[in-house]
Amino acid sequence: MSDGSDALKFNLPFERASPAGTMGVLTAILESRTGQQLGANRAWRIETELTPLMRDLGLASLEALAVAAQRSPTIAEQVADALLNQESSFFRDAAVLDLVARALAAMRVDHPERRLRIWSAGCSFGQEPLSLAMLFAEQPALAGAAMPEIIATDVSEAALARARSGRYSQFEIQRGLPIRRMVEWFDTDGTDWIAKPELVRRIAFRRMNLVAGALPSGRFDVVLCRNVLLYLTPEDRRQILDRFATILQPGGVLVLGAGETTIGQTEAFQPSPTYRGLYERDASSV
Amino acid sequence: MKTCLVVDDSKVIRKVARHILETLNFRVTEAGDGREALDSCLACAPDVVLLDWNMPVMSGMDFLRALRDSAIASRPKVVFCTTENGMAHIRAAIEAGADEYVMKPFDRETLESKLQIVGMA
Ligand SMILES: C[S@@+](CC[C@H](N)C(=O)[O-])C[C@H]1O[C@@H](n2cnc3c(N)ncnc32)[C@H](O)[C@@H]1O
Repeated sequence: MSDGSDALKFNLPFERASPAGTMGVLTAILESRTGQQLGANRAWRIETELTPLMRDLGLASLEALAVAAQRSPTIAEQVADALLNQESSFFRDAAVLDLVARALAAMRVDHPERRLRIWSAGCSFGQEPLSLAMLFAEQPALAGAAMPEIIATDVSEAALARARSGRYSQFEIQRGLPIRRMVEWFDTDGTDWIAKPELVRRIAFRRMNLVAGALPSGRFDVVLCRNVLLYLTPEDRRQILDRFATILQPGGVLVLGAGETTIGQTEAFQPSPTYRGLYERDASSV
Repeated sequence: MKTCLVVDDSKVIRKVARHILETLNFRVTEAGDGREALDSCLACAPDVVLLDWNMPVMSGMDFLRALRDSAIASRPKVVFCTTENGMAHIRAAIEAGADEYVMKPFDRETLESKLQIVGMA
């Protein structure tokens, strides 16, 4: 009588025709849009992360959400957004950002004839590029007309929309942002804090999927890609790093997250001898 | 181990703050108003003061002014921690010499972040 399927059914928290199929559909949506594979160690979180969306859409189960996402690209995008880790903070690893400003000030002396350019790849809600814009505005060598051009990209349109709005909750604004900068660069709207338009205007926000191979045009003096590559496969990581190398100016630097490195991933970069923790193109492999 | 003086007239807030601060490796002392806080500063020279604004006997602002004018040699870092979340209050606090500002309600990450900014965590 028992072929095992009944036992399986009774052990499930609620009825699903094919739970494995549902999870497969949902993780495949994330992977096809962002290159991120959800390891088994995160699979258990899918339900938690998607429940708010399920509720918003008035759907009764993850299965129903998977079906809806296969029919509607909009819902698929919402699924991917909900599964992305978009955690960030202002002045994350502040010492590294100070180092970036120092490197740029030195580049400015070396190349007074051109405008410096930086790319924040995987910018989430904009905390990183905004932090840089504040930092630059406060340093005579990088302020005003000397302000580097800042391009900020992310795969998530929803994250970019939030970044462009410059609007942060009371909790978000208090992550990493010193109080003096908060009152200088933000206005209040109820309990939200909104970056001043003149600050947000200094940043060009664009949608870009690093895995799909797109690159912003032109060359860059600094590329920041912090806490993004760790979610991708080693092969995607290597390819992305190699592409970064092709768009860096000679003498330009790459900035990764605190726990990330190029070592063992690609030959295109080597640790910078001048700026500890940053990376330079390997002269021999260019 | 760094010492933090938590100044708040709410026992519950003091308890929550103490719990978070202890997990951040602080030794914690408490005061229920600005007057008590001044005494405590004289007695045990904390590294940082987490300071409520509205309190009986002596407000956070009056405490800060008194601290500034006092002969207390080792000046602690002062982090306001208050429901006064408007721009005017924050500016006034900065002007009076506060080092940082936590808007209530707060969580562990906020407190940790602000203590890092003042070089204490
Ligand atoms: C954890 S956040 C890091 C944000 C910021 N760089 C920082 O260090 O605080 C990772 C960001 O990378 C973005 N992301 C993930 N996969 C991506 C991809 N394939 N292409 C571009 N951005 C991606 C996510 O949407 C998210 O906003």
